[in-house]
Amino acid sequence: MRLLMPSLPEGKEHYGVLAEFSSPREVLHAAERVRDAGYTRWDVHSPFPIHGTARAMGLKASRLPLIVLVCGLGGAAGAMLLQWWTSTVDYPLVISGKPYFSWQAYVPITFELGVLGGALGAVVGMLALNQLPMLFHPLFGSKRFERVTDDGFFISIESWDPRFDVKGTPDLLKGLGASHVELLSRKQEAEP
Amino acid sequence: MKSSAAQVEDNVHYDPVDGRAPLILGGHDFHSLTEAVAAPMETKPPMGWWLILTVSAGLLGLLGVGVGWLFWEGIGVWGVNNPVGWGYAIVNFVFWIGIGHAGTLISAILFLFRQKWRTSINRSAEAMTIFAVMCALIFPGIHVGRVWFAYWMMPVPNQMGMWPNFRSPLLWDVFAVSVYGTVSALFWYTGLIPDLATVRDRSTGIRRKIYGFLAQGWRGSGRHWLHYESAYLILAGLATPLVLSVHSIVSMDFAVSQLPGWHTTIFPPYFVAGAIFSGFAMVMTLMVVARVAFKLENIVTIRHFENMAKIMLVTGSMVGYAYGMEFFIAWYSGNPYEQFTFVNRAFGPYAWAYWTMITCNVVSPQLFWFKRVRTSVPMLFILSIFVNIGMWFERFVIVASSLHRDFLPSSWDYYRPTFWDVTAFLGSFGLFFFMFCLFVRFLPMVATAEVKSVLPQADPHHEPGTTGPRRTMVEETVH
Repeated sequence: MRLLMPSLPEGKEHYGVLAEFSSPREVLHAAERVRDAGYTRWDVHSPFPIHGTARAMGLKASRLPLIVLVCGLGGAAGAMLLQWWTSTVDYPLVISGKPYFSWQAYVPITFELGVLGGALGAVVGMLALNQLPMLFHPLFGSKRFERVTDDGFFISIESWDPRFDVKGTPDLLKGLGASHVELLSRKQEAEP
Repeated sequence: MKSSAAQVEDNVHYDPVDGRAPLILGGHDFHSLTEAVAAPMETKPPMGWWLILTVSAGLLGLLGVGVGWLFWEGIGVWGVNNPVGWGYAIVNFVFWIGIGHAGTLISAILFLFRQKWRTSINRSAEAMTIFAVMCALIFPGIHVGRVWFAYWMMPVPNQMGMWPNFRSPLLWDVFAVSVYGTVSALFWYTGLIPDLATVRDRSTGIRRKIYGFLAQGWRGSGRHWLHYESAYLILAGLATPLVLSVHSIVSMDFAVSQLPGWHTTIFPPYFVAGAIFSGFAMVMTLMVVARVAFKLENIVTIRHFENMAKIMLVTGSMVGYAYGMEFFIAWYSGNPYEQFTFVNRAFGPYAWAYWTMITCNVVSPQLFWFKRVRTSVPMLFILSIFVNIGMWFERFVIVASSLHRDFLPSSWDYYRPTFWDVTAFLGSFGLFFFMFCLFVRFLPMVATAEVKSVLPQADPHHEPGTTGPRRTMVEETVH
């Protein structure tokens, strides 16, 4: 079953190039240069978030907060609606002489379901923005790339980047201090 | 600077010139950290692990028997009576929910306060939260007696055309605790994704497939981390008010009622402080054992314990203040019922439970004023057990001593747990430790990616070949 794989453009021999760097400092400096060279379809890979990567890559702020806001407000509104409808319309019952729509008593559940909506939005939204799950990827074809979750720092540039050149791009990365540069086949590797 | 080899343990002394030794000791780099955290999952577990697993599996079986008998026979097998209609079930429920709160405090609140030391213990504390919530949820589930009606707690459309009463704190509680469990699990899983990927990349065969599936194809990309960090921050921001709301709502189960001893406005903050207090005690109990058993002494250091001890001192003192304030208000209110309840609490039939609580919760944490106590592992372990006991008794005192003297003296009675009460209580510990044993064996028990990010060499301004500037306290706070 190969459903969870990236859709790669046709007509390219390689997936792209993968370069390894030895420290967060080096990979960050290299990223700034790659960004300045005008590449757009590329990425930095690291075992932990490196402070300043987004700026070094020229990424815009995440849109996730907006998603969470919408989901959270949705959860809260749904909760208030549920409590209003059940206690006022569908099953009106006088309890302790309070009005049917005693909204003050509905605040706790409204808050809780608002948080639930926001949290679900944050996790599902994060995965969606990251295009996860994606269990197959050409990057997993590199044995060296296994170190990305241990102590490896990488830059990958995809071959359909307009500036990609099968000789020039690896040379650029070598010039930036990459300890190892390899061209990756476009085979969809099974998630490692 | 002290040599790190000779005095591995000393990272608790603060020197104004030198600063402090780093959070992580033993000269760890990124790779050795991965190795240290992965070792418990990849090597044979120590004998102690099997021992604890077996004992807790036995207790878990006991839970099955106790709950099975309860379902067969009804809640008459428990010691609850009239007027003490709430017994062990609610005591255990509040106890376990409270335990969970430390996990969220460490993972969310300390994250918002940029307390970097949290990274060594947050994973296991969050796991503890989830298992504690599981234990807690058993009790409201089974205490209804006729469990096949437990779905009445949820707003499910039904043939009776009825809906639950949304004005009741008991229903708020259902929502609060289930949302809390869900959000804690989401938060925990989000934190686990990069570390599951680490395990994936180290393993082969079926293991690789399972962990790979759970890691969802994480590639540690800059874009991944951008959204990931945003999600993590937001989850921390959501979990912070959530955790404060949960025990507040739990306390309203009591405070909204008219019963002297329960009907007080101090309950929400007092319950939250107590929850964090008890939770830190449980984290301490677990980590003292786990760090030695799995050789994580350089990652979970004495400094981590010292910080936890300080939080326990603060929250323990807050709880002590609340105990005192309850008495003051009982006197100041001029309400004879209120006054009777509190005098009776301290000197009545449950005085033994009350003074156990005071000794464990108020007196014992005061020893944490002494640095020697805060940095002594045996003392920390003993005191954490004391606090666990004391916080269980706090809930027992609140429930039993307030209920057993009803408004009508003819209704007065004394509550005693039965064998089956104790079975369910011990059984819940079985479930808790069983789950924790599985956790330390099959999941990375330290948030490796997060710990790596607080190593000095993770800073892009770090000069290669040095151990990194030793930051002073001031720099650490501003950074």
